[in-house]
Amino acid sequence: MATPVLEAIDQTQAPPQGPPRPNVIYTWLTTVDHKKIGLMYIAYALVFLLVGGVEAILMRIQLAVPNNHFISPQVFNQLFTMHGTTMVFFVGMPILFGFGNYLVPLMIGARDMAFPRLNAFSFWVSAFAGLLLYFSYFGASGLYAAGSAPDVGWFAYAPLTAKVFSPGHSTDYWTLAVFLSGVGSIGTALNIVTTILCMRCKGMKMSRMPLLPWLYLVMASLVFVAVSPLTAAQIMLTLDRYIGSHFFDTQAGGSAVLWMHFFWIFGHPEVYVLVLPAFAFVNEIVPVFSRKAMFGYPAMVAASVSIGFISLSVWAHHMFTVGLGAAGNTFFVFATMVISVPTGIKIFNWLATIWGGKVIFATPMMFCVGFLFQFLIAGLTGIMLSAAPFDWQLGNSYFVVAHFHYVLVGSILFAIFGAFYYWYPKVTGKMMSETLGKWHFWLFLIGFHLTFDFMHVPGLLGMPRRIYTYEAGRGWGGWNLIVGIGAIFQVAGLLFFVYNLVRSYYRGKEAGHDPWDAWTLEWAVPSPPPVYNFAIEPTVNSRRPLWDLKHPEDPDSDYE
Amino acid sequence: MAFLAPLFAVTALAQSPTNIFAPAATPAHSIFGLSMLVLSVTFGIFLVVGGLLLYALIRYRHRPTDSDHEPAQIYGSNQIELSWTVIPILIVVMLFLTTTRVILRTEAIPKPDNTMDVTVIGHQFWWEYRYPKLGIVTANELHIPTSDKANPKPTYLTMSSADVSHSFWVPRLAGKMDVIPNRVNTMWIDPPDAGLYLGQCAQYCGTQHAKMLLRVYAQSPEDFAAWASQQQKPAQQDFTGNPTAAAGQTVFMHNACINCHTVKGTVATGRFGPDLTHLAIRDTIAAGAVQNNPENLRRWIDDPNTMKPGSLMPAMHLNDHDLDLITAYLTQLH
Repeated sequence: MATPVLEAIDQTQAPPQGPPRPNVIYTWLTTVDHKKIGLMYIAYALVFLLVGGVEAILMRIQLAVPNNHFISPQVFNQLFTMHGTTMVFFVGMPILFGFGNYLVPLMIGARDMAFPRLNAFSFWVSAFAGLLLYFSYFGASGLYAAGSAPDVGWFAYAPLTAKVFSPGHSTDYWTLAVFLSGVGSIGTALNIVTTILCMRCKGMKMSRMPLLPWLYLVMASLVFVAVSPLTAAQIMLTLDRYIGSHFFDTQAGGSAVLWMHFFWIFGHPEVYVLVLPAFAFVNEIVPVFSRKAMFGYPAMVAASVSIGFISLSVWAHHMFTVGLGAAGNTFFVFATMVISVPTGIKIFNWLATIWGGKVIFATPMMFCVGFLFQFLIAGLTGIMLSAAPFDWQLGNSYFVVAHFHYVLVGSILFAIFGAFYYWYPKVTGKMMSETLGKWHFWLFLIGFHLTFDFMHVPGLLGMPRRIYTYEAGRGWGGWNLIVGIGAIFQVAGLLFFVYNLVRSYYRGKEAGHDPWDAWTLEWAVPSPPPVYNFAIEPTVNSRRPLWDLKHPEDPDSDYE
Repeated sequence: MAFLAPLFAVTALAQSPTNIFAPAATPAHSIFGLSMLVLSVTFGIFLVVGGLLLYALIRYRHRPTDSDHEPAQIYGSNQIELSWTVIPILIVVMLFLTTTRVILRTEAIPKPDNTMDVTVIGHQFWWEYRYPKLGIVTANELHIPTSDKANPKPTYLTMSSADVSHSFWVPRLAGKMDVIPNRVNTMWIDPPDAGLYLGQCAQYCGTQHAKMLLRVYAQSPEDFAAWASQQQKPAQQDFTGNPTAAAGQTVFMHNACINCHTVKGTVATGRFGPDLTHLAIRDTIAAGAVQNNPENLRRWIDDPNTMKPGSLMPAMHLNDHDLDLITAYLTQLH
């Protein structure tokens, strides 16, 4: 059988070493190249990850012992509001959009995203939104609040956000930042969907597309449906605050519960917006390091798509304590429990992919192994929370905080670290250090478990989230101290990561086209890929074009 | 990785007045029963799936002695996919039906006739309790009668908020229920044993969310009746033999105190802050944040921000003499 990909490899040249290079800053500011935009998204998210991390550490110091006076309640309330908003809107979304931007065109054999200018626009709008949020520290001073960050919590429940309870402009900064971030997210989501639907290379039917673009397709579709209501709600809130409308103004007959519905119809699909790309990374890494094809590709696609649909009908499990009544609660218990079925299918398929393989424990795979166990636990604590009466106890307690950090850190961040180690060679042409990577992995793993395993306990002992201090007699002190100590290990792990990122760029081993002996199209082009990605449009005959190339005697195309 | 399971066990034994695994009333017991089932099922799943995963990773690790050949490529199996779809569905159905039973048992049973009714009103950052059948208004310390099988007297809480959303959570008695403005929620509790049950607001409600504490005093029917009859009386006004308290009353009634606080039987009829008619009977002030003693009371009146920064009560800027007088007066409001 012909292997047209070969032609693509043979003819793809290294980027031309042209005459005088244009100003570097100018190049990056004006670029519409999906790879450069992707990297900017990632760099921007890493900066905010640092900021959000510092906020978390300040909170952990305050909570390490009972009756602590390290920071004031006002500052603490700003910290958790900014931490949540930053991590969700200015770390999670951009870093995943960044990887998507970089990888999707390369994996489907395209030269760029469908709308390069929209891509740049979306990035810069999101970037501006993040700066706007933080400008509140200087600019939010109105008549009442002098230079204050938002302090209404990242889900900003009405009517705490009403002008009467939140004077000054800090809430306006929050509203505008989230609104603009929504505009950017919807733009990028539109781009991802269009790119995947319209720009696949020859022979790449939907059923031959790698799982990463599949999951990004589901993720981006969810962004449309989920981010739009949130963005609309920001406009409604601004109208409430400035022209006297009464959507959420309970003192004039508005509804606090309406805001909750708006927020969580965004908020829960958002969890899947963040976790589907993490699944996508694991879907690429686990097969390559197990040396086996993904087990049950059609089931994985079906599970991802059904997760997308079901995730739209589970939002009110964040509202089990609102008093929706037995009928409403029962419906959302069922929908929430059902979503564990397709999620379980994914875990089982990863397990079956490993089964019978030859597992190589390189750093990307180590992080994926961490992901698999931690995501399993996160799913199981999720089942506990889905049983509404159990949630009446656990909801809004530290148990919930521990649960969703198991998802966001233990699952999503671990998968993202795996993705960094896996694709760094493609992006830079250099390998990351395995030794430093192992240090990063183990320190971060220990820190993660110290922090987030032990964080479940104060929740079970009745500690609500978002309190700036607590009494000594509640039996929460020791647990919170351990949680704080775990943060030290996480920081140490992160230092190894950052050092590795920088050092490998200058001193890393040359990576070549395909350091992991992988199977998808991005490994067919040079590292780093040229601006145009593919010199000629590749043609694929199966889900693993490079496998076919390497094993002409036994190509995948014979089996699909 | 399996740290979590022992942690649950440790929790069950941990000493905390707010441990959800130490239920003391029917709703909390129902939840406890359900939680034990859910915990066993999820722990079972963890052992099976986590065990298989660990086994696969060890058994199928790459060994230096391995041949260079790629392992056999297996693309999937519909039978296997079907089995690991159907088995989880069965588990989900079982958990769903059990959960539904607890929901119905807690939220959908008809209200009996013989209940103690209390209206709970959440404020930034304190609790108002009104007993419409008894004509009592009090704050921050909820007194209820015990309720046992022989003599059932469940307490029904009808809840709303005067400002932003709060949540009523006393873990040993029941799960939490949000207290939302412009909306009425209900819940019920029925502790059989007398005692003090602690909790706190569980929905972020502003600067002092952390010190919006809950104290529920379950009392034998006799003790409760005694407490209630004392609460029904108007405030102490006869201070013969205690000129300091009498002078304090005058200072109190001539200051802005009366705009926000009620002292039943006097000109003080404000509704913005807690009712002070029987303040001296309470164990705590500032929504449970500090003990109710003259020293704390004086500090509180002088400047609430020293104890609870962000509290909506303003510093009254009284001179030391007036502070002493008002403190003397308030400590007499039995």
